[in-house]
Amino acid sequence: MKKLLLLGVWLLASPAAQASLNVFSCEPEWTALTQQLAGNQVNIYTATGPLQDPHRVEARPSLIAKARSAQLLVCTGAELEMAWLPVILRESGNSGLQPGNTGYFLASSAVKMLEVPTRLDRADGDMHSQGNPHIQTDPRNFLPIAEALSKRLMQLDPANTTFYQQQLTAFSQKWRTAIARWEKQGAPLRGVPVVVQHKGFPYLSNWLGLKEVASLEPKPGMEPSVAYLGTVVTQLQHQPARMVLRAAYQSPRSAAWFAERSHLPVVEIPYTVGGSSQAFDLFSLFDDTLNRLLAALK
Amino acid sequence: MRVRQNSLGLALLALLLPAAQAADTAELQALRQQMEQLKRSYEALEKRLQQAEATSQQAQQVSQQAADASQQALDAARQPAPSNPENAFNPGLSLILGGTYGQLKRDPAIPPTGFAMNPNPGHTAGFSLGESELGISANIDPQFRGVATMALAAAGGVTVENAYIQNSSLGNGVNLKFGRFFSGLGYLNEVHAHAWDFVDQPLVYANLWNNQMGEDGVQLKWLAPTEMFVELGGELGRGRTFPGTDRQNRNGAGAGTVFVHIGDDIGVEHSWRAGLSLHDTKQVNAASTGVPDLLGTVGGVSNSFNGDSRTVGADLVWKYSPNGNIAERYLKVQAEYFRRTLSGQLTYNTAGAGVTDSYRNTQSGWYAQGVYQFMPHWRAGLRYDQLDPGVAQIGALNVGNVIGNYGYLPRRTSVMLDYSPSEFSRLRLQLARHQSRQGLPDNQLFIQYIMSLGAHGAHQY
Repeated sequence: MKKLLLLGVWLLASPAAQASLNVFSCEPEWTALTQQLAGNQVNIYTATGPLQDPHRVEARPSLIAKARSAQLLVCTGAELEMAWLPVILRESGNSGLQPGNTGYFLASSAVKMLEVPTRLDRADGDMHSQGNPHIQTDPRNFLPIAEALSKRLMQLDPANTTFYQQQLTAFSQKWRTAIARWEKQGAPLRGVPVVVQHKGFPYLSNWLGLKEVASLEPKPGMEPSVAYLGTVVTQLQHQPARMVLRAAYQSPRSAAWFAERSHLPVVEIPYTVGGSSQAFDLFSLFDDTLNRLLAALK
Repeated sequence: MRVRQNSLGLALLALLLPAAQAADTAELQALRQQMEQLKRSYEALEKRLQQAEATSQQAQQVSQQAADASQQALDAARQPAPSNPENAFNPGLSLILGGTYGQLKRDPAIPPTGFAMNPNPGHTAGFSLGESELGISANIDPQFRGVATMALAAAGGVTVENAYIQNSSLGNGVNLKFGRFFSGLGYLNEVHAHAWDFVDQPLVYANLWNNQMGEDGVQLKWLAPTEMFVELGGELGRGRTFPGTDRQNRNGAGAGTVFVHIGDDIGVEHSWRAGLSLHDTKQVNAASTGVPDLLGTVGGVSNSFNGDSRTVGADLVWKYSPNGNIAERYLKVQAEYFRRTLSGQLTYNTAGAGVTDSYRNTQSGWYAQGVYQFMPHWRAGLRYDQLDPGVAQIGALNVGNVIGNYGYLPRRTSVMLDYSPSEFSRLRLQLARHQSRQGLPDNQLFIQYIMSLGAHGAHQY
């Protein structure tokens, strides 16, 4: 009896028992955002690491087990997790997380998507019918996402509504100030021509006014051949660029090959929280992104 | 701006003309001073002009950006035309196209030594179209999801490979599946042919499960609410495929399976899954032909077995990927073991004398394989297979007829290399040293393509 009592006390004292919600987050940026909005009211499990390609993750047993006990799923959507998330949701046996339920939250549903294809053909490479899913590279997207996500938190945990409301207000205010600062800081980047390794930066370019003049992938998601990289080098002789952008999780090979021949600096964009040692939360993610871009301009 | 520039030119001209005629140095001096002044004001003007031009360029840029933005707005507004409402809920369609070229020295119909009473799904020599697989799946309503997979055989004819309903909305970790499905036993049994890492299944799957054990029945799985993945599952079915004998037109179930799977991650780079399975069925008039006997009957004899079949299995998969980024490099190592005991009555030579007596035998087999993606799109693999036909206990009446101990362990070693230009296509080369038939070794070569069209569902672990 005494042992049982002790066990009960231990269960209550463990952090899992304190938090009101278990959250299954698909990518580190949504973990960071949920953390901002819910503080220690939630336990968050992140399905992918900052150096993983979120398109290509396996439906590992551990992910299925974590989805089983979550009340809220926070993912990008727009088919980014198409290769693994459906299996995890089906196998989890968790009815609350199934598409259409309150526990199923897709960040892409709250923002305006870019590069929505008007024609769907796999001959065009790795297409996402709902638009480019890499929405986390524009900080302005976080405002509507935070609002929508906060609403979900309140729906799932109404007892803490006031708390979530306060957190949202505080975050939005801080975030707006930060955006103004970044935009001022990033002004010299406006109109700067860049080469991208993967079509993963339309939101960043759109925000900062970068001009994407070429991509190192002949088709989205396809590895370039040396011959293709050669044509890009020639193209740049007529249409010069200032730098090559590469997400931290992508292989450095083709960008390095290309940089050597085009004499352009390669900017490794952290892309998500944890993508570089300097990008340890949402704020430092954009601080670091801007610092790296501006350093390449010099 | 332009007017001022013109008047400046005129003034210069007017000044220069008389200057050429002037002889007086004093006059010249005054003129020089005036010129100097003019030059300075001209320079100032030019500077202002440049500034003005720069601003207008900026303005142009801004208007270009505005145009871009409005173009984007247009793009966004250009929604796809509303499709015919009858088609709007069409299910996801996928088609797998596959084909193989096989170079074999021996007749693929020859079974592994000691496995003549088992199925022997072999290979095809020369060019052959593999099974084309047509898949259709969709949510039926908030509760049910339907999946159908039709195999289109190269020679014609359609077989229903999978046709099941899944309910994932029961909650509490419960998952219900009913219809026709691949059993959840082992690791490879549920994996569809297009996702195999080699051209063929391991021998233990080929000869003990006829490649894949499919069932018509019900599957219930429960996922424990633990940090670690712990899944318990059970199935009841008619015993449709081997070792079942397709219980026809009788009440009750013809086969039962239970399995448990556990799994987890170790850091971000390692993950694993392990499992145990148990399968039980009753074989009724399980006929086999061409079974060699002790009398050395040419072409073998036909036998029939009635009795119990119980199979136990263990499986382990371990995957490693640097930084957990499987797009770059990964290593996948897996091994499985199955052991089946048949116990009942064997009728020897059904076409002839037909002698029936007791028969009990334990067959087993295992494989271990590793597949390494050494760079994006390229993988190499190595697999070793082995079977054990067991030593049978044969009733007195058949002791002089039925072979009880073959004294040979069928085995095979395969290596493969595959290249996947995209997630949807794969080309493969496989070489195998086939020593499953005693005294008849075979070196085999296969070239295979697997292409997938349309909806491409997520793959299992």
